[in-house]
Amino acid sequence: MAKYITKRVLRSLITMFIIITILFALLRMMPIEGYFENFDKMSSTQVQVKLNALGLTDPLPKQLLRFYNQVLHGDLGESNVYRKGVAITEIIAEKIPISLKLGLISLLISLSVGLPLGILMARSTRTRFKIGDKLGTVFIVLVEAMPSAVYHILIQFAGSQTFIGKTVLGLPMLFDAANPKSYILPLISLSIGNIAYYAMWLRRYMVDEANKDYIRLARAKGVPGGKISRRHVFRNAFVPLVQYIPNSILFTLMGSLYVESLYSIPGMGGLLVTAIKRQDNTLVQALVLIYAVISILGLLFGDILMGIVDPRISFAKKEGSR
Amino acid sequence: MKHLGFHTLRDQATDALGDKLTNQLQEQLHSETSEDLFTFADFNAEEAERGGYSDYSYWRSTLRAFFQNKIAVFFLIVMVTVLAFTFIQPYLPGQKDPLLIHNDQWGLPLNNIPPCEEFIFGTNAIGQDLWARIWAGTRTSLFIGFSVALVEAVVGILVGVLWGYVRKLDFFFTELYNVLDNIPQTLLLILISYVLKPGVSTIIFALSLTGWLGMARFIRNQIIIIRDRDYNLASRCLGIPTGRIILKNLLPYLVSVITMRMALAIPSAIGNEVFVTYIGIGLPVDTPSLGNLIQTGRSLMTVASLRYQLYFPVLVLVIITVSFYIIGNAFADAADPKNHVK
Repeated sequence: MAKYITKRVLRSLITMFIIITILFALLRMMPIEGYFENFDKMSSTQVQVKLNALGLTDPLPKQLLRFYNQVLHGDLGESNVYRKGVAITEIIAEKIPISLKLGLISLLISLSVGLPLGILMARSTRTRFKIGDKLGTVFIVLVEAMPSAVYHILIQFAGSQTFIGKTVLGLPMLFDAANPKSYILPLISLSIGNIAYYAMWLRRYMVDEANKDYIRLARAKGVPGGKISRRHVFRNAFVPLVQYIPNSILFTLMGSLYVESLYSIPGMGGLLVTAIKRQDNTLVQALVLIYAVISILGLLFGDILMGIVDPRISFAKKEGSR
Repeated sequence: MKHLGFHTLRDQATDALGDKLTNQLQEQLHSETSEDLFTFADFNAEEAERGGYSDYSYWRSTLRAFFQNKIAVFFLIVMVTVLAFTFIQPYLPGQKDPLLIHNDQWGLPLNNIPPCEEFIFGTNAIGQDLWARIWAGTRTSLFIGFSVALVEAVVGILVGVLWGYVRKLDFFFTELYNVLDNIPQTLLLILISYVLKPGVSTIIFALSLTGWLGMARFIRNQIIIIRDRDYNLASRCLGIPTGRIILKNLLPYLVSVITMRMALAIPSAIGNEVFVTYIGIGLPVDTPSLGNLIQTGRSLMTVASLRYQLYFPVLVLVIITVSFYIIGNAFADAADPKNHVK
């Protein structure tokens, strides 16, 4: 186990190194306007002086080494356009709590709605008309098949409407930290995809699990259906989903790119979109770096957690066939 | 002797019973039919060569299983109609140019005209015909979707087969996969769209860059499972070239998954295009696509009378993606030989 984890961590480090190098090389290809606040008004000598000062005229390996050195000292550079001269770490420190708060609440919602929905659907496959399963499948197919961009727009749109006679749904379209009602729509948007995801996979794993011999034995012995679902089927079927949870938690740090900018939530995801739109190269670079690190860590923790939860998983065999 | 006697007695009783039954049967037979009920079979070389025969055909069974799924058939009809219409539309009479700005007789743009006889879906904020733009946009989006699916299939199958079949390459590809799989696709998509010039080819390139990974891994795992089965071993012993074994023995086994992944790659590519266009690094406005039509419509959402500019593109988009998704899944079920035996 310890050996596996060491190996897995080492591999993640190598991956991270490769990704950062590739990202860095790609980002050097960005238009240089992104390093200036008012590129159009500057003469070419001024531009050169600034580029020299930023060290962008040095050969690539030298820049890369300096970049690693900076990152290891916890320095991500300064924003060029978005908030000129402010350290990026400072900007990020303001944004993270907002994304984290919304993300954790929405993760809680998705687990507490998605898991029961999956269980209900799986149990419904054993009934005569399978109504629960069919309704759930329609919901999942809609969410899975529609581009997320579209259902986010529809949720924002439908939620903010005041229907004639019923003024129940006049929810605010944009996020406002002080107004609790404005949290509702972003939270629905953030959760709905995960609800469908957890329900879909839990249902599939539970249906597979329910056909195994030990469940048949339990049924033959006369164990009540509810108890079988909860005590046997659910516990075993949940194991593969465990792998996904650390990733969900870590990704709340970045927020959802789309949802945050749609509801103008001042979080991390919205920040990346703004940085791209305003072509702030250093900010994009720093955010992309954080994004990459987070996703690698998420996969790493997911693998380790799954091994801890399920003793049947052999670490030695798992490699390469994940 | 006692034992023997006992046995003899029982044997005699059995024989007697047997004779009686035989006689009965013979009487019955003779009374009912002619004596030539059975004849000796002569050796017939032709007959001896005849093997077992079943009229099972993989594709016929697949199609039959698919057409039994009423919902899938419904969506297939919808999709074929939409696809056919998308390509016929420019050649129909009375169609407008998606980029042409329509002006009235005083030279003012006919902007934001709600759906009417002249403009079936109305016009947009600068006076372009929304009907023509939606179908042009659908063509762009479908082109992106199909290209990405094609690249995914070609590269995925090629790499997957090499990875699974050539043992020496296994380590290299496994490590490569572990590295590439860790790169978030959204991130790569954003980065490439940011760095390169926005356009259809950039989006196709960015989506194709990592899209084949899942396909390759799946094919590799399947090939490792079936690579050394007896029928493949037999083919190899008979000296059949590797290429032929792969094409005739291994790949037909994977048709269902390949088609399903291709069918699902199309809606996801279209969705990704909508996403990049939203964050402002997608297609330029002069290339109509479902992404930038929805983006334009969304910005007008607050004005109730202009909402048709959001509804129509969203409707077309949802019809296309949901159809592909459902047809892809239904076809995968139908193409699985396990579902053919009823």
